Amino acid sequence: MEISSRELKIIQTSAELTFNDILGTWKARWGINRMNFKVEPGLYSVGKPDSNSPVLVSANYKMSFDSLRKELMEVNAWILVLDTKGVNVWCAAGKGTFGTQELLNRMAIVQLEKVVSHRTVIVPQLGAPGISAHEVTKFSGFKVVYGPVRAKDLQEFLKSGMKATAEMRRVKFTAYDRLVLTPIELVGTSKVSLMIFGVLFLLNLLGLGPFGIVDFYAYIGAVIIGCVLTPVLLPWIPGSPFAWKGWLLGFIWAVTVNILNGWTAVPQYSILRALGYIFILPPVSAYLAMNFTGSSTFTSFSGVLKEMRKAVPMIIILIVVGILLVLVDSFI
Amino acid sequence: MKNRYLKNVATLKLNSDQCRGCGRCFEVCPHNVFIIEDRKSVILDKDRCMECGACVKNCPFNAIEVKPGVGCAYAIIMGWLTGTEPSCDCSGGSGDNCC
Repeated sequence: MEISSRELKIIQTSAELTFNDILGTWKARWGINRMNFKVEPGLYSVGKPDSNSPVLVSANYKMSFDSLRKELMEVNAWILVLDTKGVNVWCAAGKGTFGTQELLNRMAIVQLEKVVSHRTVIVPQLGAPGISAHEVTKFSGFKVVYGPVRAKDLQEFLKSGMKATAEMRRVKFTAYDRLVLTPIELVGTSKVSLMIFGVLFLLNLLGLGPFGIVDFYAYIGAVIIGCVLTPVLLPWIPGSPFAWKGWLLGFIWAVTVNILNGWTAVPQYSILRALGYIFILPPVSAYLAMNFTGSSTFTSFSGVLKEMRKAVPMIIILIVVGILLVLVDSFI
Repeated sequence: MKNRYLKNVATLKLNSDQCRGCGRCFEVCPHNVFIIEDRKSVILDKDRCMECGACVKNCPFNAIEVKPGVGCAYAIIMGWLTGTEPSCDCSGGSGDNCC
């Protein structure tokens, strides 16, 4: 009787990113096709790897896969892509899809033990919340070595005999790191913003206005402060809670809007309207800034919960009072 | 400038009696919370902990405890609205924030 063996399936890839790869990343940053920006899970080869070449584990979010392979110029390596449902390594590890089980399964599916003669896989350090290194070894015989946080340190890591420096182990969150995350925040608010504009338009039709260009730019400003300015300036804004940081910048904005409109010099610019802006605009920024906790790399669940227990009721009260002030102002 | 968050909230606990000083927690922690002193792990700065759970998952001796969770306001709001555990799940809808 003949024992049939499965064929090894290896997909060839390269360290070069094409225009389409880069365009795809840009689109994902703006939320276009972001949930379907995937590569096929499985075993990939970069360069001309042999049975001694390192095995690098990654996620099947194409942005993760691309940011790994572009750092592998002139490196011969295997890339083992796990099925993380198109989610990046760190988030997927938190959810458990980048996990011990999936790693063990994927190694078995691609028959990794037949491809390489060594017994080591390099898992990105940010995959650690999902992977139990000692369990992987127990069930597969493969040793897990945690690689650097950032793929750009991989070449140095490999050259130094798989030793990561303290610097390579630390997550950073630079102004640029924060900036690239802001487009998706803006896109996320667009639906609600359009609804608000619709309501204001209806109120105008009902004669409860007029809401005009000032309200428009005041609101847009508050959104940009919450979604872009607060995230970018994050560590420089005093205080810890994100909502507070957003509120503070939103408050400065509200005062600015009032001054631009001639408050307190112009008598027809009523105190109610001015106060309305001061009540409404800062909590709008605060709410959006608070949501950036999800994009940040250092907020804990306990911390966010503590912040929200205070911030959410405050935001609701301030906005309701502000809306009442503006409506009263429209009636008189 | 360092990014710092709220103090005295992290649920991280280390049981030194069970620790054998293997250094895995030190290795996987993205915020340098641990340090190895006299062949034992010590919590250097608990306020840097973001409760990702990497140390717990990789401690072969079950010496570490943390309540892992997503530090994401949007996920918590969705949890409140739907009455479920907050989960990092932005896959639905128009691409809201988080991961």
